[in-house]
Amino acid sequence: MTELLEPRAIGRDMVRRDGEAKVRGTATYAIETPVEDPAYAHPVQATVARGRVTAVDTSAAEALDGVLVVLTPSTAERLASVEDREYAVLQSDEVDFRGQVVALVVAETSEVARQAADAVRITYAEQPHDSTLAVDRDDLYAPEQVNAGHETDTAQGDVAAAMATAHATVEQTYTTAMYHNNPLEPHATTALWDPAADVPLTLWDSTQGVHPSRSAVCGVFGLEEEQVRVVCPFVGGGFGSKGNAHAHVMLATMAARAVPGRPVKLGLTRQQMFTLVGYRTPTIQKLQVAADRTGRLQAIAIDVVEQTSRIKEYAEQTGVPTRMMYASPNRRTTHRLAALDVPVPSWMRAPGECPGMFGPEVALDELADTLGIDPVELRIRNEPGVDPETGKPWSSRNLVQCLREGARRFGWADRPPPLHREGAWLVGTGVASSVYPTMRQATSTAVIRYEDGRYVAEIGAADLGTGAWTVLPQIAADALGVDAEDVEVRIGDTRYPVASVAGGSSGTNTWGSALVVAAREFRTKFGHAPADGDEASGDVDQASTDEDHSAYAFGAQFAEVRVHADTGEIRVPRLYGVFGAGRIINPRTARSQFLGGMTMGLSMALHENSVWDDRIGQVAKHDLAEYHVSVNADVGDMQAHWLDEHDPYVNAMGSKGVGEIGIVGTAAAVVNAVHRATGVRVRDLPVTLDRLLPALP
Amino acid sequence: MKPFAFARPGDVAEAVRTVAAEPAAVFLGGGTNLVDLLKLGVARPDRVVDVRRLTSREITDTDDGGLRIGAAVTNSELAADPRVRERWPVLAQALLAGATGQLRNLATVGGNPLQRTRCVYFTDVSTPCNKREPGSGCSAVGGYTRYHAVLGVPAALPDASAPETCIATHPSDMAVALAVLDARVQVLGPGGARTIPFAELHRLPGDDPSRDTVLEHGELVTAIDLPPLPAGARSAYRKVRDRASYAFALVSVAAVVAGGEVRLALGGVAHRPWRATRAEEVLRGGPPTADAVRGAMAAELAAAQPQPGIDGGNGFKIPLVTRTVVATVRDLTSGVPA
Repeated sequence: MTELLEPRAIGRDMVRRDGEAKVRGTATYAIETPVEDPAYAHPVQATVARGRVTAVDTSAAEALDGVLVVLTPSTAERLASVEDREYAVLQSDEVDFRGQVVALVVAETSEVARQAADAVRITYAEQPHDSTLAVDRDDLYAPEQVNAGHETDTAQGDVAAAMATAHATVEQTYTTAMYHNNPLEPHATTALWDPAADVPLTLWDSTQGVHPSRSAVCGVFGLEEEQVRVVCPFVGGGFGSKGNAHAHVMLATMAARAVPGRPVKLGLTRQQMFTLVGYRTPTIQKLQVAADRTGRLQAIAIDVVEQTSRIKEYAEQTGVPTRMMYASPNRRTTHRLAALDVPVPSWMRAPGECPGMFGPEVALDELADTLGIDPVELRIRNEPGVDPETGKPWSSRNLVQCLREGARRFGWADRPPPLHREGAWLVGTGVASSVYPTMRQATSTAVIRYEDGRYVAEIGAADLGTGAWTVLPQIAADALGVDAEDVEVRIGDTRYPVASVAGGSSGTNTWGSALVVAAREFRTKFGHAPADGDEASGDVDQASTDEDHSAYAFGAQFAEVRVHADTGEIRVPRLYGVFGAGRIINPRTARSQFLGGMTMGLSMALHENSVWDDRIGQVAKHDLAEYHVSVNADVGDMQAHWLDEHDPYVNAMGSKGVGEIGIVGTAAAVVNAVHRATGVRVRDLPVTLDRLLPALP
Repeated sequence: MKPFAFARPGDVAEAVRTVAAEPAAVFLGGGTNLVDLLKLGVARPDRVVDVRRLTSREITDTDDGGLRIGAAVTNSELAADPRVRERWPVLAQALLAGATGQLRNLATVGGNPLQRTRCVYFTDVSTPCNKREPGSGCSAVGGYTRYHAVLGVPAALPDASAPETCIATHPSDMAVALAVLDARVQVLGPGGARTIPFAELHRLPGDDPSRDTVLEHGELVTAIDLPPLPAGARSAYRKVRDRASYAFALVSVAAVVAGGEVRLALGGVAHRPWRATRAEEVLRGGPPTADAVRGAMAAELAAAQPQPGIDGGNGFKIPLVTRTVVATVRDLTSGVPA
């Protein structure tokens, strides 16, 4: 048990501290960093999916006025470590995926850099590539573990036997598409290499973690951490794609080292973001579900096939939520990967849970249909008393309350019958559950200092638009027992103490815990009348831990879908989410996170689809006109609500994390509603109107 | 991206002379498409000639009861014009169905019909494309064809490596409405002025997919004339797309019902705005009941060739465009607001 902070600033609807600077346009993003006399870098990308660079002709590029240097595999510096092949830029002639960077131009202006990049002539020895994900490939393999350190496979009981004897079964394959994160701010780094300076390398990088970004660069270039400073006050979204450094950070560093003393700016174009900054793997999920006549699950199994790149393994933990979500005596989860000639996949909002709650939550809807049981009720009947995987009790689990509260708010009991028609529209409703683990990272340190009559807290945390600038002062204020206005928090710079990545919905939990430890240390040392300059620090590993409970946030999402009877166009006029996510630190920023996640889930249901052209080995779409994300007109009455949840086991704030759970389950709720409206069961995302046309009146 | 000279001539005649004199010179209107293409390296002109302040930005009544729309009038201004909204609702609706408010504020009437296809291979200079690079082949055949043509393409599956192959669609919504309204395009070229029926402005790929229109190099659109519709005519534009806004048409329909006459133009189905003359002919014989319209569309689509491809191809366009036309004519004839 943790002694929860008495909430005074926590729980208050406080305005974003960075809001004014952003609205006025004075918040500087990485590419806008005001530096003197910057040069500009622009990558040249491979136009074959597999092969070897046999010649690079840079003469035309170098002849252009304003070109400073053209880096190629034969002229670029040798890196200290090439172990991570995503980071091993310009180190070999091998082409491992189409779009891989094969040369880099540094020039006086962005325009000349782009022009010169176009003028670099590359000759390839092309080899046949293989970029097609399929469930029947004979080279699928089991990774040693899947993302976040989870076991690859788990099994309990006998799924096959339960499937053979159960009253009702569902056995279907579901697929989610490939998705690209597409934050509004393209990935960018401004880099300065000044060998004579105390800190020779400075990176202004758009990142979800300045310290993780520094670690990556230090490893690749063989630099000590003291030699590198990473700065990132503001981020225009990341959704996981800025959680790890990607190749462009190494390229910007390399470019800066090629022109010492000269800052270099490297901003990726939207088109380049479709190959260089990660994406969510497509998933193929074979589900088996068995139940008795009352709907109690006898078995649940998910066998996942997904892809990774040939040069770097990333194994999305798609099967993981099936391990703990519902009670069932027999269960199985497996993950198999195909290593393809494709760009490196990576994190995207709720890796694992987001795709992994699509198949199961649609399968449950199919089961409810088969049994004639209300899908809300079916989920309630399968509520496990303890975590089915670990046997541990829940720190708190309010899925049932979320379902009931959501059903009440949505008017579920009075929902229209299947295939209901109102005027030109077929109307349907659907439900699905959400889940996301409550995490805290192992490393983060905060320093609190009394300075000029107020408290200054420093921690190298990142605010990717989520609200860290605003909620961390609320936490520090309550931990110190002062007003939030009396606390200034400084983040986004490796000059401040080490902080973990803003990922896994763990930022507030982790950094907040460090702040609480530091505040308590401060009060112990200096009491309530500190002197100017008094300072204390706290590490997250000094915060109390709880190993005895299973900690997750839960939620329920309800969708109303309308399908146009003439054209099959799909609209979602209502989408309600109710979440049990611990104590909400700031309702304003939390609501934005929930609604943002739900919007992204709606987008996954209806729009997003990185159509893969395996003939050439690349995504066919490469801008926001073609890669559709939901726009304002697609979002109707979208509401996020939360339970007043008190969880004494997770951390001193009682917070569970809110950044990711909103995207989990949304697509299933929409698909389930489409089925109710039209009778068409779509098992492959996204749902598009052409899938519904054959069933229209 | 390639450097280019930028010119802002004093008048229309000088603009035409400037472009005509240089093979790789282009006119710049609102720039909503050209600027993207410059950045992508798809358009590589030596000289960009800005005509935004040269052509008329007026919408004036004409003696025949129609309108003359200056080429510099923006899409937003045209869509908001009370005369257009009242008498040619199909045009106002088409304009508002296109792009976004910000883009419509920049896009011009002269430039909009001349925008290029959004075929994903046309805009990706790393892939072969006969429209962008004549003779290089067509990457779209057998590729991502969701937004591609089903009409005006060869009856058999096109040969991707043939230099004439192109299955791109024209992306403009406004152009589909202008095609159904029998608009006329006023053009000034090095050889003088001429008038082109709007339905003849755009061409099929033929043996040269790089050419979208019949305009000769140096010819500038100066105005578009909108003839009056018969008294009592009703018209509507129905666009079907993958999201509620800011998406190109999967299919679209511009329809006019006037007395016994039904006029139809289709978008998202061909290399040009597709005036459905065959369907119009079939409907000329009797009342446009749902069955009659369905039959007329079957005749129109008899030569349609669905394109197989990644993600299921585009065969769905055939039932979709049929259903959309049936519904649009039904709503126009039954008095239901579109």
